[in-house]
Amino acid sequence: MSAIIHGAGAATALSTFNPVDSKKLAAPCRTNLPARSKRYIVAGSDASKSFGSGLRASHSQKLIANAVATKTDTSATTGTGHELLLFEALQEGLEEEMDRDPHVCVMGEDVGHYGGSYKVTKGLADKFGDLRVLDTPICENAFTGMGIGAAMTGLRPVIEGMNMGFLLLAFNQISNNCGMLHYTSGGQFTIPVVIRGPGGVGRQLGAEHSQRLESYFQSIPGIQMVACSTPYNAKGLMKAAIRSENPVILFEHVLLYNLKEKIPDEEYICNLEEAEMVRPGEHITILTYSRMRYHVMQAAKTLVNKGYDPEVIDIRSLKPFDLYTIGNSVKKTHRVLIVEECMRTGGIGASLTAAINENFHDYLDAPVMCLSSQDVPTPYAGTLEEWTVVQPAQIVTAVEQLCQ
Amino acid sequence: MAQHLKSSSSKSAFLNILKHKLGFVSPSHGARHLRQNLPHGPPSIGVSQNPISRLCNTMAEKLSGIGFHEDVNNQVMDFPGGRIAFTPEIQFISESNKERVPCYRVLDDNGQLITNSQFVQVSEEVAVKIYSDMVTLQIMDNIFYEAQRQGRLSFYATTIGEEAINIASAAALTPEDVIFPQYREPGVLLWRGFTLQEFANQCFGNKSDNGKGRQMPVHYGSNKLNYFTVSATIATQLPNAVGAAYSLKMDRKDACAVTFFGDGGSSEGDFHGALNFAAVMEAPVLFICRNNGWAISTPTSDQFRSDGVVVKGRAYGIRSIRVDGNDALAMYSALCEAREMAIREQRPILIEALTYRVGHHSTSDDSTRYRSADEIEWWSKARNPLSRFRTWIESNGWWRDEAESDLRCRIKKEMLEALRVAEKSEKPNLKEMFSDVYDVPPSNLREQELLVRQTIKSHPQDYPSDVPL
Repeated sequence: MSAIIHGAGAATALSTFNPVDSKKLAAPCRTNLPARSKRYIVAGSDASKSFGSGLRASHSQKLIANAVATKTDTSATTGTGHELLLFEALQEGLEEEMDRDPHVCVMGEDVGHYGGSYKVTKGLADKFGDLRVLDTPICENAFTGMGIGAAMTGLRPVIEGMNMGFLLLAFNQISNNCGMLHYTSGGQFTIPVVIRGPGGVGRQLGAEHSQRLESYFQSIPGIQMVACSTPYNAKGLMKAAIRSENPVILFEHVLLYNLKEKIPDEEYICNLEEAEMVRPGEHITILTYSRMRYHVMQAAKTLVNKGYDPEVIDIRSLKPFDLYTIGNSVKKTHRVLIVEECMRTGGIGASLTAAINENFHDYLDAPVMCLSSQDVPTPYAGTLEEWTVVQPAQIVTAVEQLCQ
Repeated sequence: MAQHLKSSSSKSAFLNILKHKLGFVSPSHGARHLRQNLPHGPPSIGVSQNPISRLCNTMAEKLSGIGFHEDVNNQVMDFPGGRIAFTPEIQFISESNKERVPCYRVLDDNGQLITNSQFVQVSEEVAVKIYSDMVTLQIMDNIFYEAQRQGRLSFYATTIGEEAINIASAAALTPEDVIFPQYREPGVLLWRGFTLQEFANQCFGNKSDNGKGRQMPVHYGSNKLNYFTVSATIATQLPNAVGAAYSLKMDRKDACAVTFFGDGGSSEGDFHGALNFAAVMEAPVLFICRNNGWAISTPTSDQFRSDGVVVKGRAYGIRSIRVDGNDALAMYSALCEAREMAIREQRPILIEALTYRVGHHSTSDDSTRYRSADEIEWWSKARNPLSRFRTWIESNGWWRDEAESDLRCRIKKEMLEALRVAEKSEKPNLKEMFSDVYDVPPSNLREQELLVRQTIKSHPQDYPSDVPL
């Protein structure tokens, strides 16, 4: 049984609320952390009181926070709010922005009357008309180019790739025009587009539909990239992306669209460049984003049982990295594990490893470890597909290894 | 089916296309002339009754068009997309028509007005401006080209031979029409008021350049003049133009998007995507193809096997015309008509302007390596767009030899002065290397700028003296 204590903040349906069972917590620890971190090992409330951070102080009698997605205290404690699924949150954000600003429009394949292949644009064509929610013929480069041209003339298009992998066909427009024209025109033309779509490894979608485009796009100068993972941040990031003057690529994940969460009724946006603290901790910093967040949190449950206290950060902003939040965490825990869905070579994890090594080398007690998918096209067979993606068991092993 | 295609290639049908300018207010817009041999019936699926009605939901309307229609002789059936007549004969549509699509021209090779020609009358003022700007463009090109050869400029691409396309098309448009150029259309900017000094500033990349010295020469851009910054990639501006047209359509503006590209550009995927999109979106955009015979060293025979680019319009459901690109009056007239059609009927138009690239592809090219010097000479002298138009304006009493020599003398002086000033001007500040990547420089770029500045401090002798810090 996992001894999980949680005070404030509602979470996803997976949260559990259990009182502290001190007998269980006092189990002997099996690991030996170096002197500096030893004080965190014993799972007793006394230890945490002496070394807790400001955030932890509010949980003074409670050592280990919830193992799954936690929002900051402010959001759901109000009690009001409404529950919805992630794709509905995206739609709500999009609709609110379209109501607010008549320049916002949507274009993509099957976004209009069909409502989008993942129903993110459902109902919008009925409300705003065919032109503002535009069904395009199949040519990703052409409709991305169209979006860029429209943006240069004052509109704020939200371009949907039916699957992020299809946007490989739009690479020319994204890299050469979207990323560059603000710069090469001397700042004369802005391109406030949002390019969004589902990506990542799904359930047996085949290699071509399981791509992680964030690896390929991360080098393009001039664009920003964010990845949403909960209904709360999905809506917030969608709204922020639309309001941004820079081109933003919003990565959604095929398997996260049906996540349910209660989000505030009042309007809010999330900061595009900020990472999200999912679970504060002391022993190790685990950096992740999108679907892997949930694998990490699942592993965190196990880890907590074993006496570890991982700090989990959903980096959310893939370009640029929120090195402020990440740095503070590294300075605290001195160990970093990156868990990503990208492939080993040239993924977000690779860049993040380099950035952390370069900036926080002095604070590290162990080399940065990165768990990624293998450098193979995603197989169709379900069992094989499962093993191309990092599993919670691997995360647990990695943490144990790092914390030795 | 083959029959109706044959008839549309005949001269009468061509003139119909030309005459479809005014009075064509029927909602079954444009494409009706293509369907005249088909039985009449309800409009085909996917075609809205009113182009502007797309601002609301037209799904119901579209759905009502689907279904079977009883036909007396059962020779017709509704497939998705409309009613198709059957035929019991195996007939392949020929890969090309027997006759090539004729080319619209108004002035003959000697600049004489062809009898019974249709054209849009142009005033003396406009005609003289068209001619003067063509001369200015020619002189500007020659001087910049020479400057590059002398090592004063790093790169240049001339527009020699295509002055009429540049200037005459610009003359037919209004300042609100947004231009998406390829890179051989500085004449449009010139017409709109871009000064010789501004051209020189961009070519030298000095601090007065709109683009802050970031792009290579001839990659002009001006927000003020609605001329979008040239992006070196071929044909990527075509979908951008469709997007701009879409934006204009949403705002119901009395303006259209205009985009230029070459014969080579028509092979790029973006050409096909953009034309298709423009037709489906019913976007007011003019696609102007400068078919100048060469894509660097690739002649059109190696670029496509269709009858040029004009026939490709029909494949996408786009009204098209072929024009003599070296006939300024024909270009002007065709563009006037096309622009009006595009905006009034909310449709794209494809214009293939036939011309010849007299200059090299750019200063990095020597075209005598793949084509004969005689060919270049002939087009430069005998088929010169400037002399043809000059003959015509002189015949109207609007131009004289003195005016010519005065103009040439003045422009040459102005150009040399502009060059001198631009060359001496300071380059943009180092900070412009990092600004405008985003709206506000993020921390990593600020850091990188610091690193560059540190490096410069420790190695000042390696840093160019004309770039201010």
